[in-house]
Amino acid sequence: MRRPVAVAGSAVLLTGLALPLYWMLVASFTPEAELFEAPRLIPSTLSLAHYRALFDARDFWIPIRNSLVVAGATTAVALPVATACAYAIARLPVPGRGVLLSVILAVSMFPQISIVGPLYLILRALRLLNTYPGLVLPYLTFSTPLAVWLLTAFIRRLPRDLEQAAMMDGASRLRAAWDVLLPLAAPGIASTAILTFLYCWNEFLFALSFTLGPERYTVPVSVMLFRSRYRIPWGEVLAATVVASIPVVILVLTCQRRIVAGLSAGASKG
Amino acid sequence: MTNAAHDRRDLPLAVLLMLPALCLVLVVGLVPMAMTVWEALHGRDLRLPWLGRPFVGLANFVEAAGDSRFVDALGHTVAFALASVPIEIALGAALALVMHAAVRARGAIRAAALLPWTIPTVVAALIWRFLFDAQTGVLTRLLQSTGITSAGFDWFVHPLAAWVPIVAADVWKTTPFVAILMLAGLQTIDPSLDDAARMDGAGPLRRFFTITLPLLWPSIVVATAFRVLDALRLFDLAYVMTGGGPGTSTEPLSLYAFAALMQRLRFGYGAALSITVFVLTFAFALIWIRSMGRTLAGERS
Amino acid sequence: MPAASIQLDGISKTYPGGHTALHGIDLTAAAGEFLVLVGPSGCGKSTLLRLIAGLEAPTSGRIVLDGVDVTAWTPQARDLAMVFQSYALYPHMTVRENLAYGLRVRRLSRAAIDERVARVAEALGIAPLLDRRPAQLSGGERQRVALGRAMVREPRAFLLDEPLSNLDPALRAHARAELRQLHQRLGSTIVYVTHDQEEAMTLGTRIAVMRKGRIEQLAPPLAIYDRPANTFVARFIGAPAMNLLPASLLGIDASPGDCVGIRPHDVELGPGGALEGRVQLVEPRGHDYLVHIQLDVTGAPTIVAVTHTPPPGERVFPQFRRDRLHAFTADGRRAEQ
Repeated sequence: MRRPVAVAGSAVLLTGLALPLYWMLVASFTPEAELFEAPRLIPSTLSLAHYRALFDARDFWIPIRNSLVVAGATTAVALPVATACAYAIARLPVPGRGVLLSVILAVSMFPQISIVGPLYLILRALRLLNTYPGLVLPYLTFSTPLAVWLLTAFIRRLPRDLEQAAMMDGASRLRAAWDVLLPLAAPGIASTAILTFLYCWNEFLFALSFTLGPERYTVPVSVMLFRSRYRIPWGEVLAATVVASIPVVILVLTCQRRIVAGLSAGASKG
Repeated sequence: MTNAAHDRRDLPLAVLLMLPALCLVLVVGLVPMAMTVWEALHGRDLRLPWLGRPFVGLANFVEAAGDSRFVDALGHTVAFALASVPIEIALGAALALVMHAAVRARGAIRAAALLPWTIPTVVAALIWRFLFDAQTGVLTRLLQSTGITSAGFDWFVHPLAAWVPIVAADVWKTTPFVAILMLAGLQTIDPSLDDAARMDGAGPLRRFFTITLPLLWPSIVVATAFRVLDALRLFDLAYVMTGGGPGTSTEPLSLYAFAALMQRLRFGYGAALSITVFVLTFAFALIWIRSMGRTLAGERS
Repeated sequence: MPAASIQLDGISKTYPGGHTALHGIDLTAAAGEFLVLVGPSGCGKSTLLRLIAGLEAPTSGRIVLDGVDVTAWTPQARDLAMVFQSYALYPHMTVRENLAYGLRVRRLSRAAIDERVARVAEALGIAPLLDRRPAQLSGGERQRVALGRAMVREPRAFLLDEPLSNLDPALRAHARAELRQLHQRLGSTIVYVTHDQEEAMTLGTRIAVMRKGRIEQLAPPLAIYDRPANTFVARFIGAPAMNLLPASLLGIDASPGDCVGIRPHDVELGPGGALEGRVQLVEPRGHDYLVHIQLDVTGAPTIVAVTHTPPPGERVFPQFRRDRLHAFTADGRRAEQ
């Protein structure tokens, strides 16, 4: 592709992608009254009123804390479990591993709506509604299969020679895996962890269904429920979206390469 | 030691390692799924608990078939998939080509491009709701000033027009995902193929259509499969942006099932509706796998 | 087939990062000539080929084809054919479609395309493969298809980028012979890039030995072999490499730093003589022996001799034929004796 076309093309596409985000940012700092006036690229006055309202009046810290706990816990549980399973599938002669992988992938493709009902009943029976474990468990349903799929793809690509060398040196299979394979697989594990965390941070349906009150709402649910019946307090909503996006933005900007690696691995036949 | 015996030696270890993951999948995945199927065959209504849980066979599904709201929701879902996926594929491919050609600032471009995809769907929905808002929306203002829409036009009040912001938000959010998939595919193409085509006399457009596109086809297939499966399960965007309105004109299947389940508490019927979403996605997945398998086999002969 | 002359005037290429691949190259390939660009990796030979092809543009200088300045022309317009090291066969097309691609782009009639494809396929012996895909072919078959794709276009000149390096040695020798015959039959201009000096010697009508972006010597093969212009060329061409010794060792009256070269084939092991050494290693090659000798003189390098009989013992007396000596000055250039 010729250089000028590429540059122009990227400028157009990236502007299209970035503009809404920029707008969100600008609007969140725009005083309420000005929101109804003609929009401008750079606001005349910047105000922190919305943010103050967010944290003072609405205690936005709470949803943030909830999301962090749930996403963190899910990732912390899903990764070891998925890594162990992926190692077994990728390295050990498991009968019917193709079928297993397909079943695992299929579960992650379940429409959430199809299992939200029974999950609600199960959680209610276990008295886990509106609790942290009550969200972590369903999140594990979807993040673990996906993590297994991604990690299997990553591990398959690593050469077997190194583990075999370790075993020649006397290490057991597990020891060899721990000492040799795990460090090599670290980038893949990091990618999977990031994608898992992002998934949990952004999840909406389960959070909406399994939390009952503001003490356990996660960020997406909390943001969504700002709207009153008659109008949407855009200023605060957008401030909330900015805050909701901060961890995501940080992750993306710092770990962009990991994320891309994770997506690419998931897409290839592995 | 025979090969089989050698392999069997590691089986207990393998089972041990896979057990936690498989338990999770089973307990938290397959069991609820089975329960949903079971629920769909019964007529439980949580608001009328004294009626118990009578077995009704396929009555829920029959009712759904005759339910105009269900048929509408089905139509909405399919139409949404047909409308949004081609746009996402085309724009994603374009973005991937551009990202592939860019040599400098590749990381920054990629990071900027990824942001829409990584942001919570709820946030994306709210941003686009805001952009199209009748009073404060930038896009509304822009379209009105250029005369494309009349003054005071509220997107969210019109049954058909309300889909536009939803599709826009979906395209905006998922184009980067498609682009990343295609970028991976582009990078596996041998660069000397393009050189060879240049030597053979082919101009840029011709090279794209006869060389790049055919080799990109597998990535396009994978991306399309992922996107269609996601589009059929549309929920978050519709719930947040329009709540299914005005009326039920922007209600996809998942949203209707959710309404039946969680709002009207007709568990049996809601389960049946959610099963149809499941059937829809799986039917698509099966057809896709079958036809792709045939295409790949055909290429090999 | 029309053959074009290729002329390069002052071609330089510097990349944005600052790396200069080519420094002011002047080169002419006459019509019908088989010109070989040979040198170690990084010497710029592939870059030069790509500039001739038009796949990259020179930082300065002119490229002239048949008297016409084509420096600004796209590859499509230059009507040259290139065979890539990886063959670059279109994997999603059959062999027939691969061969026909360039002709379809140039809108030849279906009949003309079919005729040319059939003719070239016959000539290269790939006719039975026409309906297969590249993935189903062996390395040698793919190489011939790549060659066929170039031939079918009847271009003004052929550009070949290490086309034989991916083949097994046995196949390579065979393919080399075929290429030579092809050139004699077609009479086309060929610019051929390789890092293998033996290929260069056997194929080229003229060889350009390149190093670090410059041409060290441009001459017919035997001229390069018999009169290398400097120590680099002397050691690069000819295997095993020429022995280089300080001139003082041989008692030759010379300035300090001057050295003398003698090819291993020209070293004889005599019964006695001025030079004495110890045999370090003998490598039997079946038809001859490579004898590595450590001379008794301190600071002397190990020399290699090629003999037809194994050395008589551990102590040998290497002798050099006076008329086969090459003299080089301290800066490496050839000195006139």
